[in-house]
Amino acid sequence: MIKGKFIDNLPKVYGIYTGGFLGFIILMAIAEQAGMSAKMIGIFFVAFTVLIYALIGYLSRTLQVDAYYVAGRQVPTVFNGMATAADWMSGASFVAMAGGIYFKGYGYMALLVGWTGGYVLVASLLAPYLRKFGCYTVPDFIGTRYGGNMARLSAVIVLTVASFTYVTAQINATGTIASVALDIPFNIAVYVGLASILMCSMLGGMRAVTWTQVAQYIVLIIAYLIPVFWISNKIGAGFFPHFMLADEVARIAELENQFGLGTIKNSAADLATVPKGLAGITKAHSDVNTTPWKFISLAVCMMAGTASLPHVMMRYFTTPSVKAARRSVGWSLFFIFLLYSSAPMLATLSKLSLMDPNLPTGIIGKSIADVQAIDWYQNWNQANLMFVSDFNGNGTLELNEFFMGGKAVVLATPEVAGLPYVISGLVAAGGMAAAMSTADGLVLAISNALSHDIYYKMINPKAETAKRLIVARVLLVIIGFAGATIAALEIQGILGSVIWAFDFAMSGLFFPLVLGVWWKRANAQGAVAGMLLGLISGSAYLIWVRNGGAGFWGVTQLTFGIVGSLVSLVSMIVVSLITKAPDSATQKMVDEVRIPSGKTVLGKQH
Amino acid sequence: MSKQEQHWEKTRNLLFITLAIWFVFSIGIFFFATEMNASGIKPFGYPLTYWFTCQGSLGIFVILIFWFAGRQEKIDEEFGFTEREDD
Repeated sequence: MIKGKFIDNLPKVYGIYTGGFLGFIILMAIAEQAGMSAKMIGIFFVAFTVLIYALIGYLSRTLQVDAYYVAGRQVPTVFNGMATAADWMSGASFVAMAGGIYFKGYGYMALLVGWTGGYVLVASLLAPYLRKFGCYTVPDFIGTRYGGNMARLSAVIVLTVASFTYVTAQINATGTIASVALDIPFNIAVYVGLASILMCSMLGGMRAVTWTQVAQYIVLIIAYLIPVFWISNKIGAGFFPHFMLADEVARIAELENQFGLGTIKNSAADLATVPKGLAGITKAHSDVNTTPWKFISLAVCMMAGTASLPHVMMRYFTTPSVKAARRSVGWSLFFIFLLYSSAPMLATLSKLSLMDPNLPTGIIGKSIADVQAIDWYQNWNQANLMFVSDFNGNGTLELNEFFMGGKAVVLATPEVAGLPYVISGLVAAGGMAAAMSTADGLVLAISNALSHDIYYKMINPKAETAKRLIVARVLLVIIGFAGATIAALEIQGILGSVIWAFDFAMSGLFFPLVLGVWWKRANAQGAVAGMLLGLISGSAYLIWVRNGGAGFWGVTQLTFGIVGSLVSLVSMIVVSLITKAPDSATQKMVDEVRIPSGKTVLGKQH
Repeated sequence: MSKQEQHWEKTRNLLFITLAIWFVFSIGIFFFATEMNASGIKPFGYPLTYWFTCQGSLGIFVILIFWFAGRQEKIDEEFGFTEREDD
């Protein structure tokens, strides 16, 4: 297939792909009716979709530097939006976010606001200017704008810390899904997940990742929306849940009162019997249950983190023009909005299915023995993701006696709500797509920074194309394995690690990136100070709070980016002002970045 | 003032307007979360704060970015800094 022709035919290619995927779902539904086992359906869904991505990855293989690093800069606006949405929506968004809202309500909805609001910053402060710059990686921008290997190296360090924290969470998510769907132990499943991730990105770099991410977006959005609409219609809540669940939200509040939420507390001895990592429903569903500052500080960290995460920023390097980069941010957010606005609806429907005694699926208030005999309870209990226990000894299940892993909510919802198993298989495939697409973007961001910025720009500037691309691929595999090894240790939950990644990125990169475009006086010394001191102070604060430190200003281990980025801002400004102003060539370069027309700043010097 | 300085001034003003709207719907209103929920205004029947966190603010951000992109394109056009189509 000729490349130009492929780009022109994108709508048709992905149209056929979507139709084929829907056909596959129907086929699986028929197979389920004909008696195919749940386990086989799960295996088919995950294996079939992963093979398709691997095939796309193989077909997009390339030996050109431009294609490997920035997909040849010809990805159309809307498709780049879809790819960014998949790149962006990770295991945390797909698998864990609705779970966070399910258990913590309003407090965790700060993630919805933060993970969308950040795109306004991306569109207005950074993406179009970095596109005009014409760099391959984010450290490439820092290194050229400020000049000097020290700035470049500092940017690579921040990028690696943030992206690596993030990628372990994604490999954790692929491992969780693969272990449930394929019924293999978690610490083996993470390597199965890793193999699928590498198959997509190794041969074709950014070009392969772009076209698999579009395919993954289609799978994940279908997999997220079908259960939401289905459950809503099944329990008679309304055919379009987003506008029609007000009564259900109110009903949950009523049930929370009835079941004594917040008044009946578990003793510490009882809680000690609950398996690690599982949570109970302890916060109101729709009430404001946290202080404004706690909500706002989390939202602020997620927004600034969004604008500093290199794997998102580098997606806008692939558009054909500056104008397209700007519009593409809008499309990205639109595609993200489709899923994010559905997450609270999913949490609402899932919770109601579980709680409402008037629904056939409600288990709260039923006898413990009956609940323990339910098939899906046994499956999820075996996977160590669900737990009930009769703390008060009255023989019935109370709201405070039900526990679940946050990452299990989305995956278990179809079964809890009594949908056919084919939907569970579909959701597993969606979660896999979400985690894989993000992991691919992240692994690529890290290995590109190491191969382009460290190897090519600093160690061996004379390296030939073939050698550069081999180095890039070797690094990709090494980083993937390191990520999988750490993921297998399960240090922090999926949602927690992802939030940390945002804080790391924000601490080190937010102000050096923004001021690089918006403040001409910013110089290399200032940027290096900003990146390193920001990252160090943010990390130090995290370690301090993790080890029992009291913290200040109500900044927690989830929002340490506030401390890091403030240190970064102040040190960057102070150091820039007490050292020499950037030379006139640099100033001219900034002027050049600020207008969309003309050649990219870096031109063809790569 | 040179053409480029004028272009940058307009661009900067647009940025400030965009960030002001962004600030209101991502940070500002959530200082008044309790009051909003108690206000009795219920879009689609949802409590007001709840609605903003799951639909309102998110939708406003989507529209804001497209509006911003359109305005910025106009500014670039006005000063002749638009890219050629085949760029």
